[in-house]
Amino acid sequence: MVLQIIIILFICVNNMNFAFLYFLLRYIFSIKLTLKKDYRYMQHSIMLAEALDSQRRSEKRRWFMLAALFSLLLLSFVLDIATGPSLLDLGDVTDALLNKLGAPIEVARTTEVIVTNLRLPIALMAIIVGGSLGVGGAEMQTLLNNPMASPYTLGMAAAAGFGAALMLYIGSLGLSSQIAVPIGAFVCCMLSASLLFGLAMMRHITSGQLILAGIALLFLFQSLLSLVQFVSSPELSQQILFWLFGSLTKANWTNVTITAVVTFACMSVLLKDSWKLTALRLGEERAKSLGVNVTRLRLKTLILVAIMTATATSFVGIIGFIGIVAPNIARMLVGEDQRYFLPLSFLVGAFLLSSASVLSKVIVPGALFPIGIVTAIIGVPFFFWLIIGKRR
Amino acid sequence: MLKVENLDLSFDDLVLADDMSFELEPSKTHVIIGPNGTGKSTLLKTLFGDIHPQKGLVSFAGAPLTKATLSTWRTQFGYMPQDIRLDVGLTVLEVVLLGQLNALSLKLGDQLLEEALQALDQIGLLHLANRDVRTLSGGQCQMILFAQALMRKPKILMLDEPVSALDLHFQQVLLDHLDQQTKQKGWVSLMILHDLNLAAQYADNLLVLKGGKVVAQGAPKEVITPAMVEEVYGVKADVQLDSLGVPFIRTQRRGAHAYVSMKESLHASKPESSYVN
Repeated sequence: MVLQIIIILFICVNNMNFAFLYFLLRYIFSIKLTLKKDYRYMQHSIMLAEALDSQRRSEKRRWFMLAALFSLLLLSFVLDIATGPSLLDLGDVTDALLNKLGAPIEVARTTEVIVTNLRLPIALMAIIVGGSLGVGGAEMQTLLNNPMASPYTLGMAAAAGFGAALMLYIGSLGLSSQIAVPIGAFVCCMLSASLLFGLAMMRHITSGQLILAGIALLFLFQSLLSLVQFVSSPELSQQILFWLFGSLTKANWTNVTITAVVTFACMSVLLKDSWKLTALRLGEERAKSLGVNVTRLRLKTLILVAIMTATATSFVGIIGFIGIVAPNIARMLVGEDQRYFLPLSFLVGAFLLSSASVLSKVIVPGALFPIGIVTAIIGVPFFFWLIIGKRR
Repeated sequence: MLKVENLDLSFDDLVLADDMSFELEPSKTHVIIGPNGTGKSTLLKTLFGDIHPQKGLVSFAGAPLTKATLSTWRTQFGYMPQDIRLDVGLTVLEVVLLGQLNALSLKLGDQLLEEALQALDQIGLLHLANRDVRTLSGGQCQMILFAQALMRKPKILMLDEPVSALDLHFQQVLLDHLDQQTKQKGWVSLMILHDLNLAAQYADNLLVLKGGKVVAQGAPKEVITPAMVEEVYGVKADVQLDSLGVPFIRTQRRGAHAYVSMKESLHASKPESSYVN
């Protein structure tokens, strides 16, 4: 190119053809300009591609998070089955589980009985209840736009506790207390929640007003619960107290199945609304501006969370802490895109309760601590560490 | 095209619209100005169907806004409310994507992502695409929300004080882009502005709201006059036309100026009185 220009310049100067020189220079210059433009355009599309790539990478990273938590959960699940009054070998437990899933593996009869009849329902219940509390918390925090919310914030647990206590007090209506108490807890929990549904259906009710109403309900049912405890005999009062502690030992195949079906059904409906719920986190007015029917979404989500919470609570009693912490951990790990946030809240909640179940059995060998006590005592230092770690 | 007829709207004894009627044409930028608390934002919410007026009809291209048509009505709107806080663990790209809420599914296609990136690119913020929105400044949030409103592919675009947090550069980027797209795509654009100079520069049609009435409407040149400014805002101002024929408003500073002019008038009166003596 340079050589060409020199040659042409030489010819031009020789012939004194300035017009030709002028056009030639313009020609060269214009080529240069287009090249620069092309380059800019190329750089630009590279930037677009990079941004797209980076989004895909972050999606992959979040899938990895889900997978990691899932493997952790699997580990604590196996540990949960292995620990107990008679400690089982981890290998034997895995074999027994694989055998249950249809793998042709020989398992000792005693191991199989312990795993299938005694430990598996409890271990599964830990996962499902933990997960359902985690999801319930995640959606309550989304709905109320407040990281301190949980299914219990709006008085649902207090109402369930009152229902259970009332059932115990009036003598279970002639039914066995194993059936009557969960029913009482469920009915009362839904009753108190339906007061909130009525509120949520009103137009122009803000999440702040909803929280206030819920907290008022919480105090109401706590007082009623105290009242029942006050008028009942010391033995009955003791019984009520134990129900309130929360325990997985009431798990059997029937109530595990019921809880699992309810939880997964509710979760799949929530997942379908995941983008709308994400939009809700931008604020109610903005969600409306994006075409979300906020009143309907709020009512629907509230009903689903109430059903999930009522079911879980009625079978295992009150287990606090998980509903509030699991979503916060999930949020730190994957952000608030509900497509990841929702399943991860389930996994974190499930993992927390499952590992708490393991710990409740091994802290004092032979003695079984109520799990509701263990979760907070073990979980709070861990949660503190996470909060402080995030600040650095 | 977007028509408001005989609108009555009041909360208790606060009258925000009193038999208000106007029509907004497509391919034009309509700007609402007026004093604080006169019901500008409430008017936008009413047009969006979020607030029910006591009386009156709102219609777009002949189709009226009713309770039954509300959800389809809203799909035609890009609406950017005044609040610009974004306190949520999402990336800029995800926030912009939410503009196309109804098209989003559990698995995101490349096409939607590219569309969102283009929307960001058009306002010169492609480099922010993967940032967490909580790390953005107020002005950046405002631009992101503008991109989100554009993602909705609206027929009507309503912006509530869209430049309130923007620096000079992004004011120009936003308003120029809005102006160009409005004309190109035939939108009905309606925004609330407080800066009368910006309003004068960008409005094709200026509506002045006060006390529930449209007290003046038309081209900025005709609407913005010292008399109007004094009547609506109670402020004395000079209005001049710049070289392009756009009105230019400058208010007079009270306080110091007022003091000086008072002193000047005293001085001016003194010789006179001494002359009399």
